[in-house]
Amino acid sequence: MTQVFAYIIHKDGVADDTALELIAAAKKIQADAQVTAIVTGSGSDLDAVCTEVAASYNEVLKIDNENLAYPNAEIIRALLLKMLPSDAILLVPHTTFGMDLAPGLSIKLDAAFVADVVEFEGLDGSTLKLVRQEYSGQVSTHVSCDISSGGVINIRPGAFAPDESKAASGTVVDKSSEAQGITVKRSYLETVVAEVGDVDITKSDVLVSVGRGIEDEDNIEIAHDLAEVLGADVSCSRPIVDSKWLEKSRQVGTSGQTVKPKVYIACGISGSFQHLGGIKGSPFMVAINKNSKAPIFQVADVGIVADILEFIPEFADKVKEMK
Amino acid sequence: MEILVCVKRVPDTAENEIEVNNDGSDISRDDLVYSVNEWDNYAVEEAIQIRDNVGGTVTVISVGDDDSEEVLRREMAMGADKGILLSDDAFNGSDGKGLASILKAEVEKGKYDLIMAGAQADAGAGQVGGMLAAMLDLPYASLVNKVEVVDDKKLKVGREVEGGNVEMNDIELPCVLSIQTGINEPRYVGIRGIRKVASVEIPVHNASDLGISPDTVGGAGSRVKVLDYFVPDLGEGAEMLEGSTEEIVEKLVELLKAKGGIK
Ligand SMILES: Cc1cc2nc3c(=O)[nH]c(=O)nc-3n(C[C@H](O)[C@H](O)[C@H](O)COP(=O)(O)OP(=O)(O)OC[C@H]3O[C@@H](n4cnc5c(N)ncnc54)[C@H](O)[C@@H]3O)c2cc1C
Ligand SMILES: Nc1ncnc2c1ncn2[C@@H]1O[C@H](COP(=O)(O)O)[C@@H](O)[C@H]1O
Repeated sequence: MTQVFAYIIHKDGVADDTALELIAAAKKIQADAQVTAIVTGSGSDLDAVCTEVAASYNEVLKIDNENLAYPNAEIIRALLLKMLPSDAILLVPHTTFGMDLAPGLSIKLDAAFVADVVEFEGLDGSTLKLVRQEYSGQVSTHVSCDISSGGVINIRPGAFAPDESKAASGTVVDKSSEAQGITVKRSYLETVVAEVGDVDITKSDVLVSVGRGIEDEDNIEIAHDLAEVLGADVSCSRPIVDSKWLEKSRQVGTSGQTVKPKVYIACGISGSFQHLGGIKGSPFMVAINKNSKAPIFQVADVGIVADILEFIPEFADKVKEMK
Repeated sequence: MEILVCVKRVPDTAENEIEVNNDGSDISRDDLVYSVNEWDNYAVEEAIQIRDNVGGTVTVISVGDDDSEEVLRREMAMGADKGILLSDDAFNGSDGKGLASILKAEVEKGKYDLIMAGAQADAGAGQVGGMLAAMLDLPYASLVNKVEVVDDKKLKVGREVEGGNVEMNDIELPCVLSIQTGINEPRYVGIRGIRKVASVEIPVHNASDLGISPDTVGGAGSRVKVLDYFVPDLGEGAEMLEGSTEEIVEKLVELLKAKGGIK
């Protein structure tokens, strides 16, 4: 049986949600998979995480080194190259860290690589069948992956329901010696925390959120008008910030803010997982999009197929009229 | 600084609705509008700005068919000095590793200080940059949204991580970076700019020019293969409001009142 490993992301002594999602993913590959967690870090935070994940994993490999206090993917790649058996499957969360680590690691291990997997459909011999998405979720693909010489598989955060059974009580094995003598050509300096803006969308009850469908900077105005009559705030998807039409502090998503409003009105937003990843607490979601097949309609409560440039002003007028 | 930027020609999702074709073997390619991958355009702009600051050249490179020449030319109109097209029927169906190995063969024919890719392309993989770095044994940083040239041996780069925080790193040259959107404001390319570079020759290199054995790339050399395209059935989805705009608006107002969306 192929050995399955999972890389555990953690912060401040607490394992990331993905830690339990990776077990669920591994069990979709092989129902009886014995999964080994790899936890790197330093000091008491690391110990706390190892104890936490040992309840859920069959084995926990702990690597303690002061150079690992911050997860520099260049160091961890060299470390995993030393540690992993040649035909192992390694599961990594498809986060900014996973994207940094995994593709290069697969080359060094001479293992197959698949990014951003959302579902597994079984292992047949050495052929792993899985599901991914392309074009920001507009279409899905079945993919076959030959893992005869191992596989590095990045798993989309949130795609697998966490395995909360805590049924493993694994042992923690100290592998810190493996981290000795690794030198790399990239060094971590510091993390610059994102600036806070004048509006704190994380506190808003109602958000009018605009995406690329707004088409032009001048049109942002119609979203502000609607927000005003609704008593809402304006938020947006990433392309709007990239174009400098709204400030970064209004961006919803994995690389922006995590919001938990009561009502979320998505206007001209396609519904990529990075955008949806920033919306928590299951708000009542309204999606307005001119493409009836936009993925946002799969997750919204109410959908309207319309051109937002026409619909939003009419909607705002109607609300005004009522007041 | 000698800079190489990898660019891909992709269907423009702002201009097209992407749909699965009749037999599920591909997306429907009729009438698609193509453009340069959004992330790559930011990478080329960044390369041009670095060159303008410290000197050197910017080369853009693409693996694709003859049509990919048009995106190379567009990036040259932006300000890239040279374009190289890597094209061969044997390259069709390459997985990420195959693509990276094709790019590697060309990289090794030159002498580059800095290699850039986009953070991801149309399939949302985000793999080619990191694979290329590993094949070349060069340091790598992904999702870069800030580049500062320290000297001819070192860059200071910011990686955009969760929450929009920026992870600052020193990285030695030569290195490979994958570029995140928003790092700069890519300049506009007008029709006149395109015309200016219309007659510049773009060399085309095939598998044998690159010393690549055809069975190591393309479908034959790939361990990862797309079997089919489909649209998943994800349960109920949204309740779609239908009727005239006025009817829809009225219904929406009712719903929002009930949900506390109108104060
Ligand atoms: C590491 C990483 C992190 C990321 N983080 C984030 C993040 O935090 N937040 C985020 O949002 N994205 C993020 N992204 C980008 C993400 O992948 C998508 O590219 C982005 O969310 C797309 O934004 P969009 O939906 O506005 O644009 P598109 O995907 O281009 O969608 C535009 C939509 O508007 C519709 N439309 C067009 N015109 C009209 C009209 N007139 N009326 C009505 N509808 C119209 C179209 O049908 C389409 O569905 C990240 C990407 C990466 C790689
Ligand atoms: N066919 C290609 N030709 C040149 N560069 C490519 C090609 N495919 C991918 N790349 C580069 O790799 C980056 C990431 O793409 P991907 O790994 O496919 O998500 C792109 O932004 C490009 O810089």
